[in-house]
Amino acid sequence: MNLSLENLEKQFQDRIDAGDNIEPKDWMPEKYRKTHIRQISQHAHSEIVGMLPEGNWITRAPSLRRKVALLAKVQDEAGHGLYLYSAAETLGISRDELFNQLHTGKAKYSSIFNYPAVTWADMGAIGWLVDGAAIINQVMLTRTSYGPYARAMVRICKEESFHQRQGFEIMLTLSKGTAEQKEMAQDALDRWWWPSLMMFGPTDAASTHTEQSMKWKIKRKTNDELRQQFIDITAPQAEFLGLKIPDPALQWNEERGHYDFGEINWDEFWQVVKGYGPCNKERINARVKAWDEGAWVREAALAYAEKKDSIQKAI
Amino acid sequence: MNNEWPLFEIFIRSKNGLEHRHMGSLHAADAVMAMENARDVYTRRQEGVSIWVVPSSEITASNPENNGELFAPAEDKVYRHPTFYDLPDELKHI
Repeated sequence: MNLSLENLEKQFQDRIDAGDNIEPKDWMPEKYRKTHIRQISQHAHSEIVGMLPEGNWITRAPSLRRKVALLAKVQDEAGHGLYLYSAAETLGISRDELFNQLHTGKAKYSSIFNYPAVTWADMGAIGWLVDGAAIINQVMLTRTSYGPYARAMVRICKEESFHQRQGFEIMLTLSKGTAEQKEMAQDALDRWWWPSLMMFGPTDAASTHTEQSMKWKIKRKTNDELRQQFIDITAPQAEFLGLKIPDPALQWNEERGHYDFGEINWDEFWQVVKGYGPCNKERINARVKAWDEGAWVREAALAYAEKKDSIQKAI
Repeated sequence: MNNEWPLFEIFIRSKNGLEHRHMGSLHAADAVMAMENARDVYTRRQEGVSIWVVPSSEITASNPENNGELFAPAEDKVYRHPTFYDLPDELKHI
């Protein structure tokens, strides 16, 4: 067997083309490894940072029913972050390094979490739209070529459908409530609609990673395909709520069998990605604070484990 | 800066009568903490009735590069399968 790099890469592509999954100890091109570390860690960081806008509302939830649901949702997100960090670590990067990349701004997370959650209705809009958009992306990723990532996605998708339903229920209650409550729901939709569409990333024409990611079956659908799918699913749901999506160009196109929609403000997207969103600093500061202030706990637990271990060995 | 808590592999039996299955991994200072965290991370929805935690460093794994030597010997041993044996169709319960 010829083990030249070129040959290995061809064999690797043949396995992908045949629908084979790649597992941690298998040979893989360096770029496949790096792309996965980038994408999985970005995904993990999004789960962890994503707890912040919602965590803020747990103590102010309007009823016990809403409170336990929000608490469970945020706890799920912590769990999802952990599944994904573990999947990233199978590619040979340490957990500490992953955190370090988040804290220093080297690694990104979904820009949506750099927007503030200013009213209770935002808990509804986030569950409905942000989790809805995430689910579309994640369902696709259950068939991604890297085994540990795909398996984490299967678990996450199973758990996440409640997130979207609880969000929609909040929107439904508000939109059927007083005029003021309905207004609050509309305001949340107005603010979260466009950032949710941006969650799918740049257009296919502007996306630098899409082509290679499709070839390696890291992604199975393009950003534009996923975005269209989300709009087609969500537009009728907004109608059901009696709310208006803030896009005058949004209209069903019989010929295409899809909704047409207006131009996304990509300047805003890149501004937020580059760190100038409304909450970028606040989010990272909160993470760094939690990490730094937890250092003594991590050290103490390790010291205790080591001490217990050495006593046991001495006996 | 290797102050990281060690990694544990988590195995869960979803109900009695079934085997423990690998669910994923997590970091913990020791096995007791690994068990507590596994409960919170992997059984939030009653997914299990029994948990095993194993230090990842204790697992010896086969190397996929040796898959040829390791697994190929089974390839040409079709006589280990029941369909290898020619028996008349009218024969029952065999």
